[in-house]
Parts: sequence; structure tokens; C-alpha cells
Amino acid sequence: MTDSKYFTTTKKGEIFELKAELNSDKKEKKKEAVKKVIASMTVGKDVSALFPDVVNCMQTDNLELKKLVYLYLMNYAKSQPDMAIMAVNTFVKDCEDPNPLIRALAVRTMGCIRVDKITEYLCEPLRKCLKDEDPYVRKTAAVCVAKLHDINAQLVEDQGFLDTLKDLISDSNPMVVANAVAALSEIAESHPSSNLLDLNPQSINKLLTALNECTEWGQIFILDCLANYMPKDDREAQSICERVTPRLSHANSAVVLSAVKVLMKFMEMLSKDLDYYGTLLKKLAPPLVTLLSAEPELQYVALRNINLIVQKRPEILKHEMKVFFVKYNDPIYVKLEKLDIMIRLASQANIAQVLAELKEYATEVDVDFVRKAVRAIGRCAIKVEQSAERCVSTLLDLIQTKVNYVVQEAIVVIKDIFRKYPNKYESVIATLCENLDSLDEPEARAAMIWIVGEYAERIDNADELLESFLEGFHDESTQVQLQLLTAIVKLFLKKPTETQELVQQVLSLATQDSDNPDLRDRGYIYWRLLSTDPVAAKEVVLAEKPLISEETDLIEPTLLDELICYIGTLASVYHKPPSAFVEGSRGVVHKSLPPRTGSSESAESPDTAPSGVQAPEQPAVIPTQGDLLGDLLNLDLGPPVSGPPMATSSVQMGAVDLLGGGLDSLMGDESEGLRSDVGGSPAMGGGGGFAAPSAAAPATLGAPLSSGLGDLFDLTGGVGTLSGSYVAPKTVWLPAMKAKGLEISGTFSRQVGSISMDLVLTNKALQVMSDFAIQFNRNSFGLAPAAPLQVHAPLAPNQSVEISLPLNTVGSVMKMDPLNNLQVAVKNNIDVFYFSTLYPLHILFVEDGKMERQMFLATWKDIPNENEAQFQIKDCSLNADAVSSKLQGSNIFTIAKRNVEGQDMLYQSLKLTNGIWVLAELRIQPSNPSFTLSLKCRAPEVAPYVFQAYETVLKN
Amino acid sequence: MLNGLHPKMIHSLFLINCSGDIFLEKHWKSVVSQSVCDYFFEAQEKAVDVENVPPVISTPHHYLISIYRDKIFFVSVIQTEVPPLFVIEFLHRVADTFQDYFGECSETAVKDNVVIVYELLEEMLDNGFPLATESNILKELIKPPTILRSVVNSITGSSNVGDTLPTGQLSNIPWRRAGVKYTNNEAYFDVIEEIDAIIDKSGSTVFAEIQGVIDSCIKLSGMPDLSLSFMNPRLLDDVSFHPCIRFKRWESERVLSFIPPDGNFRLISYRVSSQNLVAIPVYVKHMISFKENSSSGRFDVTIGPKQNMGKTVEGVVMTVHMPKAVLNMNLSSTQGNYTFDPVTKVLTWDVGKITPQKLPNLKGAVNLQSGAPKPEENPSLNIQFKIQQLAISGEWMLGKIDAGGTNGITIGNGALLLLIFQLEVLN
Repeated sequence: MTDSKYFTTTKKGEIFELKAELNSDKKEKKKEAVKKVIASMTVGKDVSALFPDVVNCMQTDNLELKKLVYLYLMNYAKSQPDMAIMAVNTFVKDCEDPNPLIRALAVRTMGCIRVDKITEYLCEPLRKCLKDEDPYVRKTAAVCVAKLHDINAQLVEDQGFLDTLKDLISDSNPMVVANAVAALSEIAESHPSSNLLDLNPQSINKLLTALNECTEWGQIFILDCLANYMPKDDREAQSICERVTPRLSHANSAVVLSAVKVLMKFMEMLSKDLDYYGTLLKKLAPPLVTLLSAEPELQYVALRNINLIVQKRPEILKHEMKVFFVKYNDPIYVKLEKLDIMIRLASQANIAQVLAELKEYATEVDVDFVRKAVRAIGRCAIKVEQSAERCVSTLLDLIQTKVNYVVQEAIVVIKDIFRKYPNKYESVIATLCENLDSLDEPEARAAMIWIVGEYAERIDNADELLESFLEGFHDESTQVQLQLLTAIVKLFLKKPTETQELVQQVLSLATQDSDNPDLRDRGYIYWRLLSTDPVAAKEVVLAEKPLISEETDLIEPTLLDELICYIGTLASVYHKPPSAFVEGSRGVVHKSLPPRTGSSESAESPDTAPSGVQAPEQPAVIPTQGDLLGDLLNLDLGPPVSGPPMATSSVQMGAVDLLGGGLDSLMGDESEGLRSDVGGSPAMGGGGGFAAPSAAAPATLGAPLSSGLGDLFDLTGGVGTLSGSYVAPKTVWLPAMKAKGLEISGTFSRQVGSISMDLVLTNKALQVMSDFAIQFNRNSFGLAPAAPLQVHAPLAPNQSVEISLPLNTVGSVMKMDPLNNLQVAVKNNIDVFYFSTLYPLHILFVEDGKMERQMFLATWKDIPNENEAQFQIKDCSLNADAVSSKLQGSNIFTIAKRNVEGQDMLYQSLKLTNGIWVLAELRIQPSNPSFTLSLKCRAPEVAPYVFQAYETVLKN
Repeated sequence: MLNGLHPKMIHSLFLINCSGDIFLEKHWKSVVSQSVCDYFFEAQEKAVDVENVPPVISTPHHYLISIYRDKIFFVSVIQTEVPPLFVIEFLHRVADTFQDYFGECSETAVKDNVVIVYELLEEMLDNGFPLATESNILKELIKPPTILRSVVNSITGSSNVGDTLPTGQLSNIPWRRAGVKYTNNEAYFDVIEEIDAIIDKSGSTVFAEIQGVIDSCIKLSGMPDLSLSFMNPRLLDDVSFHPCIRFKRWESERVLSFIPPDGNFRLISYRVSSQNLVAIPVYVKHMISFKENSSSGRFDVTIGPKQNMGKTVEGVVMTVHMPKAVLNMNLSSTQGNYTFDPVTKVLTWDVGKITPQKLPNLKGAVNLQSGAPKPEENPSLNIQFKIQQLAISGEWMLGKIDAGGTNGITIGNGALLLLIFQLEVLN
């Protein structure tokens, strides 16, 4: 007899029957009845009505029956909370059972009963089980803490279970350690701020030891936990890598991929010159290739991850092209992923092989696959210039097959090839035109229309061809309509005499008969351009186009770095950061790759690297005050709308509309952008880790670099050192992660009376940036840009531009906290970004800040003593004269010097741009490197900032 | 959208057969409605072929991660960010366990043993954390069904569930139970190599790769400590090990040293990618042509042996995906049977053994849909066959087996060396 007997029902009604059997006196009958109940459960039948009867069977010596009842309880306790309480006594009793199997079973089941009322009864048994003598019970109890935390987090914290759990990381049994790590990671995930998994070299060592001995699943938990650790230097990183590498040979692919994640992340810290770095690279290839011989589902996940890995470190798999060749029996989802990786690995060395393969694929049966293969041929042409000609001829061969979808796909990619290699392959246009009629997909139609428009002068019947498309204008998709509009305008500019009628027709179709705002707007712009200044129109419409970049589908570098930290997870399968698909940003901490040590910057700031979560002070994201939001929204970041709006001509209406619309959408984006910043503010910590080494620079950067920078500024400024005050090295104000690829670093300087903000804008995105503008929020000293932000050429990817933005102090004033906080909005063609920075106060010290002696004495006396503030400037070895001249460079003037009992007293004055005087007394003892600075000022709140300025100037 | 606060890992599991019936569901947390599977069915419909259903599917509130094994979809419901490989590996382990317990992993086997299946699933996963997945341990906790035992159980009322803690569960060698005793101590190692090769029209190898495994069946008493050395370990660079193998010893001495699990297990799997090593032991002469403007074509294929080192090529099966325009095929074979499925357009020829005296040949006419243009696709031929007692990757044979203190054991050294070829001949 098999279990299928449990499914047979009688006519009386199943539930009724079962109830009777459950209450039977015969043990065996009871057990059979419970089995029937379970069997019904397995197929999704609702048997919750039997709850009291099943629970009655719980008190038994028969372990199988007990297990079955527990199984039932877990499923239905939630729907019967009042009845579930009946089970509590048995649980408590079972937790004391001499058999560890039963103790573990009880604690395990208890945790699965998600009923609030019950949980408090469970604390005592759980506490005992966490300290049980049997490791099997301890490891089960560890998981139970995580379950309980999910039901009632507060209770778990109050009962001190988290500490007990942390202690279990040092347990003697590796399985217990692994489960404790798993439970802590799970809890930590819902409490990103808590410091639950306090990883330090000692605990890491324990984990690495447990890694060798625990089960495969435990290894995955431990490896994932290790990946979150930030080693303190490259030596530690290397030693962890060495101990993780053996996991690459594990039979469980999840272990392998988790190990790959740890290695990929820590490799970031190793110097590329290191022998070990090369060894590690070599060791990574075989396990990745091995993953491709596993089951297809595993291959799929592996391939998605390999896609990331080859983008980050192409050298790992560059010789392994052949393993990515498609096998006839691969499922389609594997085939498509393999194609992607083939393109990524394509190079001059292997392009012949790749092309031969792709050509084969293009004759396969599966339509999606064939399309992608054709597209891949085009991508090869764009990526490997030497192969372009062969690719084009392959594509022409494919067009000759006349297979409809192959032809369409080929035309789409040939358009891209034209963009990449202008004036090289236009001879094929005739062949393309032959296939005009067979194109029925919007993308292919749009591509063909683009080709006709772009090369109108070479195609004799271009006007006829375009006219034929125009007939069904309203039935076309937007993509085709827009392309048709542009193509006809191009044609008109090239052959104005014959095509006037055509262009008028398309303009009126686009502007008057269409509901699509994009189409209408584009129509109006062309119309206006053509009617006001045809020459300008020619320059705009027929302008030389920038070449398209090599690989259009690369993941943005900042996102890629984040995704590398998520190797092996769903994020890596979807190529999106978890924040994009995990509900609410709570529970999501942005991860970032560790900075590479061994280079000068981070080596000198060891305290910033290991923490990794410490956000650097300066480039803080703007806080979330509502009034600030309002202020920034009021800023006019759009291009100025000049000229009175005239409602007479419809064309002009359109133009004004366009700008208005642009502004509106800008505003909309802003507020959203801010909101997401707020939600993701813990993110800054992670992101900060990235920028940490350079951000910490002013305090820790060595002299050679800063003086080098100083020299540089002197050169550009063209003024001597004396007239310019100290300039701090540039720090990152806006990391690229926060600004869609725009990175801004900068500093402030003061040269002969004028303040400027020296910026470096770096484009780390994959698209060109343009239309830069900058605005400051109101601030304590009314700092404001004295001129617009001038970026002359669009900023290409991976390019930087240095700009010196002159500032004045006539802007509107609002007291900020801290006083020298400056909030900045920068706009480009992509979005508006916000950051805030602190400026050193000495840029506000004016040149005529030297007070008369008498005046000084009088003022000093006049300012009440409670306004005096004292500070210590530590570790300064300069003598009084050097101090004096150094400070003078930054407009702090020495009025008198006295020598009292062997100490030098300097009396100094300075004036801020808003007219506030600050008086200072600086006491220097020859034997003591610590100076005492007393400041008197009518506005005492500036004193700490003046002191900071002193420190900065004296120590640099 | 996933909810970041919900607990980890596998929330629920559904087993679904090819016709779309959910025949088992198991929830480790709260009950998730069956309707979540609708997203899976949608994807299944889109994929047309069962093998092409994508393994990761996102739905508004969950992720579905599935595997397809033995005509069953194992669909797991996920609520948080988890390593998908973890889930997929686990699902395969579930399927392996069914296979191990019931002799087959099938809908009937699962339905006939629902209670054991449920007990197993509960034992394998707790709150999403895998608990016991080693066959040795599971079998101590839950005894596999046998006809004899179910008779005994029903008479005596004893149960299928072990009531003591499995001995291996917590030791440093969780894969082995203590107190194993055999009267005959035996150890067998099967070396199975699968060669995947693509051969072009002219007969030269485009791509070849060897996937090898050593499957072991160890029936030794006590705690045997085995070591295994190879004649030529240099070829084994890309290896995955069973956790029982001591990695350090392999790194330093190239010796496999281990305390084996009891019973059947896969000791290592390896890959050799160098194609010059692989001499393909068969050749194929083929002629497939379609006439222009006529609804017919010719098909003629001969398979012959070459350099087979005196071993027999057997279990030869050829499959060809014919172009869509093919209606049916009228062929005659000198050996074995052929079938042509007019729906999937797959021609299968079960050749059997190849004897050099009389080469197997299959030839005849192909009928095309009338009026259809001449098919463009050149069908490629997929040929599978086996050779016993021969390892292509060659010189490395099992060298020495040292079984520590155990005396008088029988060791099947290379009891089976099996080569499975998977050739794709491009036309």
C-alpha cells in the first residue's frame, strides 16, 4: 500500500470521517488519520477545521506522530491562535526531553508558530536550548532566534538573545557557528544600522576556521558574511583570499560563486604588481568555466554573473571564448546569455572564430536567438574595427536569405555600423533599399528611414521612398514618426527644390494632426528653424554626429562596482541594485568595493579605510529640511526664457511651451531625487567608503602632494604665494554614485581679493554631459557665483574638466549650521544634483583686515570677556616670525609682538567679508609645540571657524 | 517588489507536472496561495518548450526560482534577496533525495509517498536554512520505504522515523554515519567521461570538451581513510571535490585523501578542455539535399568507426532536427530503427552497436510541404554513443588505492570506465 490511499475519500464527508479517526482510541488509527490530514495539506486542501483534534494527538511518545502533528501545527497555528496556545505546554516539556532530537524538534517548531501570544512562553525554553550541551540543539536554537526576531524583534532584543547569538560565533562546533552567522546576517539585514555582525580580525579568523569544517550551506552563509568585511590592509585581504581560494573547488556551485564574490571584492585591495594578484586571476577562470557544465538553471545564474565579472575584469576569461559557444541542446535562456558574453570577450585575436559561430547561429530555428545572433554580428563590427568589413559582408549574406526577421535585424545593426564608420560601407545602401517593403517592425522601419534621410544625396529616389512611408503616417509608431520627420527635414535641406511640398506635409502632420507632444515639439522646432534661419537649420540638423561608442550596453561603472559586491544574488541576475527591487530602502545597505591600498592616498589614511561605513565629513548629502527643499526648488536652473511670450503665432507658442514643460519636469525630478536621497541616506555610508581616501585628504594628506597642488594653483593663478591664501587640495564633494555618474571634486581659494571655487567635473557615466549650471542655497555669508558655470564643450565619458568659478558675497544671507555650510545644486542635461560642503573661513578674510594698534587695544577692551574663546593649536613647530608671515598670506595680520617671560605673544586682527572684525592673541612658547589662541569677536559664533582657519593655515 | 523585512530563503515549494497540475505544495512559513504559480504557467506557455522556461521569474511580490528535473518542475517561492544558486542547488538536492529514496523522481513516486516526502522536506529545510541534505543523515532520520518494511510497519505499528540523533550530523565528517558494518568490504569506482564535440563538414573538430566524474560505491566498515593517487594527475586541473576530500593534501601531493560517505556518491568531477587530446572514434558520411522547386529531397547518412583502440562503439543514437518544411521521411536503414516525429521534426535513429564489417546506413527520400521554398537550414546531426573500458583523457587511470587499516577489502579498480559521446556534426 502506498500513501496514495490517504487521498481516497468516503461519501460521508472527509472532514467528518477524519475527525472521528483522530479521536479514536487506537494509536495506529490516530497516526493514519494524521497522515491523511497531512496528505490533504500537501495538495493545498484546507484542513484547518481539524485543529483541536490534531493538537490532541500531540502528546505522544511516538516520534513520527509527533513530527506529523508539528508539521500540521506550523501550517495552521496562525489561523487558530487561540487553539495554538494549547500546544505550548507540550513544547515546554519537550524542550526538557533527554533526547536531543526531541529538544531540537520542539525548539524548531516553536519558532515556526507565528502567534504573538505564544512567543513570550517560548523565551525560557529557547534560552535553555541556546546553551544546551548538545550542539545539534544549539544550532537549531540559533535559527530559532532569527525566526523569533521576525515575529517580535523587540522581545528578542529585550531578552538578550542577540548577545547569546553573538557568543555562538565562538562556539566550538562549526555547524553552530555557521547557523549563528546565518541567523545574525538575517537579523542584520532588517536592521542595517545595528552593529550585529561586528567583524574584526579575531571574529574573521574564527569564521575562516569554521569555513573549513562546516557543511556546504554553512560555507555559503560564512562566505557571504566575509564578503561584507573590509580588511584593514592589502595583507589582510590577501591572507583571507588565500584561505577562501580552496572553496573554488567545491562541488556546490553556490559555494563556488560566493567564494568568487569574496575574491573579486578583496582583489580590489591588492596591488596589480603583486605576484599573488596574477595567481588569483588564474585561479578564478577554471571554476567559472566548470559552472557552465552544471545543470542549465545553474548555468543561467552563473552566466549572468560571469557577464558582470568579464566587464569588471576581462582578463580572467579572455582565453576561454570557446566554452561560451552555444550548444544545440542548451535551453534558449542559456543560449542568449552565452551570446552576450561572446561579444564581451570578442577581440581581434578571436574574432574569426566568433564570426563563424555567429553566422551559424543566424541560421538556427529559434527566432529570438537568431535575432540576437544577427545583432551580435553588428556589435562585433562596432567593437573590433578590423572585423567590420567581414561583419558587413556576413550581414549582406544574411539579408540575401530574405528571411523576414533576419533582414530587419540586419538593417537595424547596419545603421549602427554606419554611425561608427561613416563613409565606408555606404555602397550597400542599394541592397538595403531593395528590402524596404518587407520591413514591418518599427525599429527596422525607423532604422531604414534614418539611413534614407542620412544618405538622401546618394539615393536618387529618396523622396519617393520617404513619401511612401508618409502615406500611413498616423498608423506608424512614435519611433517611426519621429524618424520620418527628421529624415524628411534632412532631405529638404539637401535637396530643397524638389521636396518643399513633402516637408510641408510632414510638418503639418506632425504639428497639427498629432496628439503626441514629443512629435509636435520636434515638428515645431524644425518648422521654426526652417522658417527663421535655414542656414542655422542646416547646421543643427545636418551637424556631424559624434561616433557611437564601442559598447552601448556596458553597465555603468559605479553600478557595476556595486553589483560586483552582490555576485551570486538576485541583484546579479537582474543586473540591478537590490534597492531597485527590494521593497522600501530599509534593510538595504549599499555596498561598495574596497579602495585599493598600496597607493599613496589610502595608505596614509589607514583609519578611514577599515571602517568603510564612516561617511566622510565634508561631502555630506544635503539634509532634508523642508524649507531648504523649497529654496532649491525656487532656483531657476532652466535656461533663461528671453523675450516676451507672444501668443500670436502658434510656432512660438510651441517654443514657449517646450521650455515651460522642460522646467516643470525638472522640478518634478528634483523633488523625487531628493526624496530618494533621503530614503537611501544610510547609503551614503557605503558610498562614502568609496570616496574616503581622498575625502580625508586635508587632514592627512602628505606634504608633497599638497604642495604640488599648491604649485599648480600658483601657476594657474599667476600670482605669488604671498598674495594667495592657503588652498586645500580638492576633495570629492559629490560622488559619481550619487549623481548618475557626475563626480564633482573641488576646493575654495582666495587670490588677490577674489574668492573662487575650483571645481573638477568628471563624467563617469557612459553618455555625454552638457548644459551645466550651478546655484548656491542661501548661506551664512551670502556666497554666490559671480558668473555662470562655464563648461565650453560637452563633457565626454571619462573626461574631466577643471573650472574656476568666481564667487562674490552679495548673495542672500541665511544662517547655516554649521556656519560655513554651503549647499549647492548642480544641473546638467541628465538631472539636478545636490551636495553640501564646508568652506574654510579664511577665504572670507579680506585684505584690509589690519587694525590700527590703538583701535585694537580699545576694541579688545570693549568686547566683553564672555565673548572670548580660547583654543589650543597643537603640534605646530613654527617660530613666531614664521607664524606671522604664514598667517599674513591668508590675511591674518600681526599688529604687535611682545615677548613675555620667554613666550612670544602675537596680537592679530582679521576682517570677514561681511565686516565682522576678529581680534586674536596667539601665545607661543619656544619649548612647547602647542599654541594658545584667544579670540575676541562681537559675533562669538564665528570663533570656532576662525580657529579652524588658523589650524588649516598653520599646518599646511 | 520584494519585502526587505521578510525572512530568508525558500518560502514555499510547489511541484508541478508537465500538464500544469500542482501535485504537491510545502510551505516553510505562512501559506502562499497556489495562484502565485500562474506567473510560472504564463512563462511556461511563452517558452513553448518545457526546457526553455527561465529559471528565475519575478512576480509583483515574489520571485519564483525553478528547476526542471525528470518531467517535474520544482518551483520555489522566494520573498527576499537570496543567492539563486543556493536555491537551485537545494532544489536539485531535493530531486536527488527523491531519486535516492524512491528509486525514481517522478510524480507517481512522490504521490505514493507524500508523507515521507513531507517529512523529508521538513528535515531538509528549517526557516529557509538547509538542515540535513546528506543522504546518510537523512536515512537515519527517516527510513526509506521498502515493501518489506511497510508490511512490517503495518503489522507492528513501528514507524519510519528514526528516534535518535543521527551520528554524523554534528561530527566533522557529517557525510558519514558511525558504526557502519559490512561482512564484505567493497569499494567501487566508476570513471565516466562525457565528451562533447562539435565537428564541422570536413570532419575536423571545432570544439571538444571532456566532462568526467568518478562515482564511487563504498561499502566499508568503520571509519576507513582512503587515499587515491593517479598515474597522471596533471590533467586534472579543473576539479570539483566532494566535501570529504582533504584539499590541502591534494594541493601539496596531488593525492585524493578522504573518509568516504557510506554508499553511493560522486567523488570528483573534472573537466579537460584540450581538444587535441580527443580523437573522435567515429566518422560520419552524410548527404542531405533538397531539390529546388520540388517537394522532395535526399537523405543519406553512414556512420563508421575509426581509431577505436579495439573497443566497441555501442549505444549509438543519432538525432536530427529537420527543417520545418519537412513533412515526412521515407528511409530505410541497414541496422536499427528510426522514427520521425512530424510535429517536432526530429528524426531519431537508434543504431545500437557498430560493427566495422557492416557499416550502419540510413537513406531515403524526404517529403517537403508542397509549394514551400527550398529549406535554407542545414540540419546538424547529433550523435551519441558509448565506449566502455576506455578513458579518452587518457593516461590517468586510478593508480593506487590505500585503504588504511581496513583489511581484506575488495576494490574494483576502474570497474567501469564509460565514455559517453555527444557529437554535433555540422552540415
